[in-house]
Amino acid sequence: MTGGLRSLLVDLFEYQARDLLASHGVPVLPGGVAETPEQAEAIAREIAAPVVVKAQVKVGGRGKAGGVKLADDPETARARAQDILGLDIKGHITHRVMVAQASDIAEEYYFSYLLDRSNRTFLAMASVEGGMEIEEIAVTKPEALARIPIDATVGVDTQKATEIVDAAGFPAEVRDQVIAIAVQLWDVFAKEDATLVEVNPLAKAPDGTVLALDAKVTLDENAGFRHGEHDALEDAGAADPLEAAAKEKDLNYVKLEGSVGIIGNGAGLVMSTLDVVAYAGEEFGGVRPANFLDIGGGASAQVMADGLGIILSDPAVKSVFVNVFGGITACDEVANGIVHALGILGDEATKPLVVRLDGNNVEEGRRILAEAAHPLVTVVDTMDGAARRAAELAA
Amino acid sequence: MSIFLTENSKVIVQGMTGSEGRKHTQRMLASGTAVVGGVNPSKAGQSVEFDGASVPVFGSVADAMKETGADVSVVFVPPKFAKGAVLEAVDARIGMCVVITEGIPVHDSTYFWAHAQGGSTRIIGPNCPGLISPGRSNAGIIPANITQAGKIGLVSKSGTLTYQMMYELRDIGFSTAVGIGGDPVIGTTHIDCLQAFQDDPETEAIVMIGEIGGDAEERAADFIKANVTKPVVGYVAGFTAPEGKTMGHAGAIVSGSAGTAAAKQEALEAAGVKVGKTPSEAARLMREIVGG
Repeated sequence: MTGGLRSLLVDLFEYQARDLLASHGVPVLPGGVAETPEQAEAIAREIAAPVVVKAQVKVGGRGKAGGVKLADDPETARARAQDILGLDIKGHITHRVMVAQASDIAEEYYFSYLLDRSNRTFLAMASVEGGMEIEEIAVTKPEALARIPIDATVGVDTQKATEIVDAAGFPAEVRDQVIAIAVQLWDVFAKEDATLVEVNPLAKAPDGTVLALDAKVTLDENAGFRHGEHDALEDAGAADPLEAAAKEKDLNYVKLEGSVGIIGNGAGLVMSTLDVVAYAGEEFGGVRPANFLDIGGGASAQVMADGLGIILSDPAVKSVFVNVFGGITACDEVANGIVHALGILGDEATKPLVVRLDGNNVEEGRRILAEAAHPLVTVVDTMDGAARRAAELAA
Repeated sequence: MSIFLTENSKVIVQGMTGSEGRKHTQRMLASGTAVVGGVNPSKAGQSVEFDGASVPVFGSVADAMKETGADVSVVFVPPKFAKGAVLEAVDARIGMCVVITEGIPVHDSTYFWAHAQGGSTRIIGPNCPGLISPGRSNAGIIPANITQAGKIGLVSKSGTLTYQMMYELRDIGFSTAVGIGGDPVIGTTHIDCLQAFQDDPETEAIVMIGEIGGDAEERAADFIKANVTKPVVGYVAGFTAPEGKTMGHAGAIVSGSAGTAAAKQEALEAAGVKVGKTPSEAARLMREIVGG
């Protein structure tokens, strides 16, 4: 029923978050995104001031990895972009850099809105102790991090923003600016259907201006129906090729590291199947599941064929475990789906399939598979037994 | 007895005239549920024919309640209209609103949950299979033919694992099985169900199924330690989930939990809950407790 392992949240790149904030009036520094050193140079020339060149990767610690460099002139910006583009930062290859006007910073603050799922509400978090990782502030100085719940039916107006800003103890000289930014950031959070809008640092420049220097935004894919423009924000290039192929066929698939291909119905059951295969695999030298694939409730022959096709095209897969509980779907339909899928795939199906069916019309389902007697298919009665057999075949 | 849903429950379906709503209304009727009406403003006054029943369509939840005495609503409307449908049910002060719809934006579910506070409506879901009190009533999409009435109470985030566990323990049977849904924001929690099962004289033991993400299982563990005297068996899915697929940093700070399956298992075991490594092991642990 859930998204399972496939996240329904979309994390934006810094430059996308910056643009989104700017479109809601949040003050940010001039800048742009570049995919080549030449583009980086052109942006720096337009800014006509010292710039910072920042790797656009969805992982922390890019500064330490050499992904953030200062450049005093456009030629240097080009050279720094040359250095950073292609850089591997914790397994994330840098395909883009953001070139932004460099800013002297007098003070650094922290501000975020997020979904507080434990309390089923929204939460504002703010601190005048910026410049550190927020996890660190939360641990070392919890009293310095103000946490104010937001009533989802009311939102954040100037009065609420004032409450947040005063609770965090922002200094008087920036108070009004931060209140205005807090209202603008709420506008981003609410109108864009975000589950996280985090500005760190929110910085005070030497002239007293407060600016969002770096931001993280996570959007809710479920709200896509009212945000057609969010489609363009998805990072199609980052997906694993098998994941991309699965997405095209509307399959809920996540690539993992092991060698037992998994197909099941229902996110919870599939997650459980991964675990059961990993336990069984311990006996065979650490055999692990190769993927998460939830074909949902009404698995038609075509969906089964699409799913099997993706899994069998994964060179890491040595065996496949099809684990279906017939709840609403009847097992005979599922069995027919498997037989038809193998028929559609023909010679492309080359790896052994272990099938476990239980639930609605299970006898008929098992009879259909027995009658088809496909040489690749083994039917095992229990989930644990089938997992063991699939792990054994992949060992 | 059972929890939340009894043979006296009168059920209406919001979205009964759509394909999913129609299909599952038929199934609910077939399992003996008193489905007394549907809601669709553009089809008010009509009725929908099912095998063995003709079910009237009302223009609003309030009208349906006035005419039929309905106290439970099951929502099948598409995500885009789900917020409006739930708000309407809450404002009509219906006793329980079961939201089956998958894919509701979290801003919408957070809004309707906040709106329902202080009101008189229990929300179940969203993105859930609903709940069943076998032999009595079935509000949602849980197959009614898996098992019969019995002494186990079940609460689960996952739909298919609910079915799997009901199947494993089908000879013993269930007082009520509640699929609370796996969305980040849900109306009725593990804790709400644990409390209700603790208070239900017919329920002798409880199965609790969780999965990665959030801290609902950890909270439930604390609750069990302090308030539940009936035996509880647990199962948590998602041990193999790769790191980073669970939740972000800022969220983890708020909950104070990593959201991993291991953390949840540890918390449950510390509260005296026997946790099965697999669904069938959890079922075995339950058999040791209740016999059979």
